[in-house]
Amino acid sequence: MQNAAIETAYLRKTFGEKVAVRGLTLEVGRGEVFGFLGPNGAGKSTSVKMLLGLVAPTAGGALLLGRPLSDREVRRRVGFLPEHFRFHEWLSGEEFLRFHGRLYQMPRARLDRRVPELLELVGLADHGRKRLRDYSKGMLQRIGLAQALLNEPELIFLDEPTSGLDPAGRLLVRDIIRAERARGATVFLNSHLLSEVEVTCDRVAFIKHGEVLETCDLNKLDAGGLSIVARVKDLPAEALAGLEAWAGTVRLEGESLTLEIRAEDAVPEVVAYLVGKGARVYSLHSRRASLEEMFLRIVGTEGGL
Amino acid sequence: MTGIGVIAGLTCREAARRRVLAAAAVLGGAFLLLYGFGLHMVLASLPAAVARQVLVRRQAVVALFSLGMYVVNWLVVAITILTSADTIAGEINSGVIQAVVTKPIRRWEVMLGKWLGFAAMLTGYLLLMAGGMLVEVRLIGGHTPSDVPQALSLMWLETLLLLAVTFRFGASLSMLATGVAVFGMHILAFLGGWVEEFGSLAHSQTAVNLGVLASLVMPSESLWRRAAFDLQGPVVGAFGRGPFSVGSVPSGLMVGYAALYGAAALGLAIRRFSRRDL
Repeated sequence: MQNAAIETAYLRKTFGEKVAVRGLTLEVGRGEVFGFLGPNGAGKSTSVKMLLGLVAPTAGGALLLGRPLSDREVRRRVGFLPEHFRFHEWLSGEEFLRFHGRLYQMPRARLDRRVPELLELVGLADHGRKRLRDYSKGMLQRIGLAQALLNEPELIFLDEPTSGLDPAGRLLVRDIIRAERARGATVFLNSHLLSEVEVTCDRVAFIKHGEVLETCDLNKLDAGGLSIVARVKDLPAEALAGLEAWAGTVRLEGESLTLEIRAEDAVPEVVAYLVGKGARVYSLHSRRASLEEMFLRIVGTEGGL
Repeated sequence: MTGIGVIAGLTCREAARRRVLAAAAVLGGAFLLLYGFGLHMVLASLPAAVARQVLVRRQAVVALFSLGMYVVNWLVVAITILTSADTIAGEINSGVIQAVVTKPIRRWEVMLGKWLGFAAMLTGYLLLMAGGMLVEVRLIGGHTPSDVPQALSLMWLETLLLLAVTFRFGASLSMLATGVAVFGMHILAFLGGWVEEFGSLAHSQTAVNLGVLASLVMPSESLWRRAAFDLQGPVVGAFGRGPFSVGSVPSGLMVGYAALYGAAALGLAIRRFSRRDL
């Protein structure tokens, strides 16, 4: 069996008294686009930094592509876009990519081909000679992304790749993530922009205080629960309480009945129950809970710290 | 090993691109110009009777060369600390280092590459300044001082030592704190040197011991004092001591200690950088 792209067990980091990551246990499969969600201060960035060897874990362990974190060679197969996109600003875009390519020990011939290709991909083909100091934030993000893709990595970490970007920049990130998934790469996306994660990720983990509260498969219709809205007449009042066997929340406003249910399988059962109680059902819509609803249900409204 | 070369190359390119090299060259050039002019004026103003005595004239040239090298030494010390204080601390602070050390390169290679890049540039600078002075002294003073290679080696060692100490502090502290700490230590060593000189003049063993203690804490200045002794030539002792000549000479043991000190500082810098969170 091919090992997971990322595997962590009770990964922990404390800074003095302060616990940044309490005990992170998760598994990210190969080829997955995995979203890492949590409120500010939940330990997301520290977790990514531990996986990349920037920060040493206080306890616990992890494997990247089946190799321990101390294995530098595995970095040849990993790409990383750091938060804030801070790079050597006195280099030109092209020089910057070449420098990082040499750090990946890529041969010159491959760089000659790869650098213009990537500049084209991120829409900076006309700005390769410009110094990074003259780049806008969006351009820095683009060149940073190109840097993370230089070595055609098997595993890519993107730490808040769209923070402070315009819609075009976000769209680019989305397209690149899709293309990388199609290529078979695993993408680990650390973001607090839920809409971003919702459209790109296969699976998400919700973390708080550096612990995984829940992981959800977004490709399943009922991931994180379903919301049912039905137009119902003649529903006996006493039948409402019985619905709680399937639904967490039951609300009746006039003819509109709203139910929050856990799994799709409950839908026909609910309909049968309603009809059995003598209610007349005119319409029924079910929709997946939005990531925002899931986030608020799982993580809550208070901040991480 | 290729990682070391890539980082060393980047370090040199950065210094060139950010006009650090240009600024150092302008400063050095200005000094050489001023020095040449001063040398000419001083030698021209010697009384005719003195100027005719070859040995005395030579000694004056040697003394003026020592004086010039004293300034060059301070210039190189300042440039070493000012240019390198930012390289580790600055990149950690800005986060630039993050995209670098997450590549298949070891942290010690990053550190060593940076150190070697700076060492190469500073070596070139020291050689250019000393070479420029030698040319001026030869052309204007008509004499080439002896023992220059030995003195230069000691000044070179001093530069590498200061660079290693700056790296050690830079791996833990901010850029400003690094600069202040290394300058502070060098000033301590400098004052210690004078205490030792005066102690030796006044036959005060306590003062000499204090000076030696300061040199043990930071041996940078003792290397210069040994170099200055080599530069002053054999005759100066007979004329007594001036502010740029040396009476109490640091021993060969102190030179060996300084070399070990520098190597240890670099080793500790690498160890600290390899273990710290970034």
